[in-house]
Amino acid sequence: MLGGMTAHANELAVDVRGLRKRYGGVSAVDGLDLGIRRGEVFGLLGPNGAGKSTTVEILQGNRSRDGGEVSVLGADPATGTRAWRSRVGIVWQDESAPVELTVGETVRHFARYYPQPRDPREVIRLVGLEAKADSRVKALSGGQRRRLDVALGVIGDPELLLLDEPTTGFDPAARRQFWDLIRLLADDGTTILLTTHYLEEAEALADRLAVVARGRVVAEGTPAELRRRYGGEATVTWTEPDGSPRAEHTAAPTRTVAALMHRFDGEIPALTVTRPTLEDVYLRLTGQEAVR
Amino acid sequence: MTTTAVRATARESAGIMPGAWRIGLLRGALEIKQFFRLREQVVFTFSFPVVFLFLFASIFRDRVGHTGVTASQLYVPAMMASGIMSTSFQSLGISIAVERDEKVLRRLRGTPMPPAAYFLGKIWLVLFTAVLETAILLAVGTAFYGVHLPSDAGRWLDFGWIFVLGLTGCALLGIAISSVPRSAKSASSVVVLPFLVIQFISGVYISVDTIPGWMLDIGALFPLKWLCQGLRGVFLPDSAKVLEQAGSWEFGRIALVLAAWCVGGSALCLLTFRWKNRRDG
Repeated sequence: MLGGMTAHANELAVDVRGLRKRYGGVSAVDGLDLGIRRGEVFGLLGPNGAGKSTTVEILQGNRSRDGGEVSVLGADPATGTRAWRSRVGIVWQDESAPVELTVGETVRHFARYYPQPRDPREVIRLVGLEAKADSRVKALSGGQRRRLDVALGVIGDPELLLLDEPTTGFDPAARRQFWDLIRLLADDGTTILLTTHYLEEAEALADRLAVVARGRVVAEGTPAELRRRYGGEATVTWTEPDGSPRAEHTAAPTRTVAALMHRFDGEIPALTVTRPTLEDVYLRLTGQEAVR
Repeated sequence: MTTTAVRATARESAGIMPGAWRIGLLRGALEIKQFFRLREQVVFTFSFPVVFLFLFASIFRDRVGHTGVTASQLYVPAMMASGIMSTSFQSLGISIAVERDEKVLRRLRGTPMPPAAYFLGKIWLVLFTAVLETAILLAVGTAFYGVHLPSDAGRWLDFGWIFVLGLTGCALLGIAISSVPRSAKSASSVVVLPFLVIQFISGVYISVDTIPGWMLDIGALFPLKWLCQGLRGVFLPDSAKVLEQAGSWEFGRIALVLAAWCVGGSALCLLTFRWKNRRDG
């Protein structure tokens, strides 16, 4: 029994190998591999048009694929049963709740579709809409509607939650609130896959990331790993006594600083040591360096 | 990780899926609630045939030949049929197209809601609004335009099956046409034009004995012509039969054509229904 449970826990929540999808003659997804463990928050990061949304739609069972193997919670999404759908929660890029109903009516109604839903009142509180429970959906702000979308995504108490660019169009405060909500869900044991083109978002939320460019995963790991592995050298900058600024790119910044300490007796003027940010790594990996 | 494993294991042992019939009832209640919250839609849906009945039945009120009926009387069953088609064909054709374009359908498809429950919900909505519409027109028709309610149970039984088969046929046609408009914006124009044309060639606005035969023959391909004819048979005296193309009410043929539309319409819907619009692939 224990062995069986462990096997279950070790099984990947999402297992994608060699996924391919073409629109017309253009490859949107071109041999993408992905492995998401149970209970982790996984970020799919990439510029617009990299194939993130197409990938997520295939995982949802909402789009056909041209090639590759896909397993989501142990089943192929293309032939997903009702029981399978009840274990996967979806939050789309664009909201779509019926506007003439109130928040409470909508959440309570969607709860009836699932075999073991969460308590609608608890879910409304979780997404911070309790003050709006009796408001019509059409009276909500954009951010509030997105939160209602999340409520509908988690009402069935899903094991896996798929979020496609959930915070696009949010103001910074709304984004922070949304992050707290995702962390709450993650702490509850829900496996979460989110796509985003915001780096800080991926860094703030994801246990692991995959950077996607031109329909493939170009790098994968924890945010720190990615920075270490692909970040390359650190940069040491300081100012010479004659006032001229200096910069040195080095794999061993400590040695540079030690040498400087030796040269300057005491404070090194305007000393900085910078590691590449995830943004630098990301831009390099997605081939957008030229943009900067 | 341990909690995750426990959750997953517990999930699989329990979990009885709620049935399509029950969710269909819930969706029906929800659809009706949404419908009545759009006050403009309610006012226009229900007043449209009543206003037309008032206009036509007040403008044309003479006796029609040796039929023993007035033009006003003829317009009552005609507007009832038109009302049945507007609450089914027109309302479904437009609302489903809009729901598809606004991704409501895609969202539902992403839940474990059984697809049948969506259609059951629409059927309850259509049934509810059509019964209400028909009752209003019948009340106006008997109060002001000299229509007499049938006194024998047989006629009411005929009314029952004509209403159900006609409504179902028109509803299925509405679901089918909802796939034609490319966006929510074009939905009402795409649905309303064919609806208007069908009304003209089915004897709603213009009496069947005035419409050219070839037009009526095209109209006969659709359910509305037969729905109109059936309702005339129920609510008009037998002396009015002479106006009909065949000189009789043809209840047998009406049953056959409407039933064929129910079967063919279902097949058409199964073949053409899409949960996403074309742009979403």
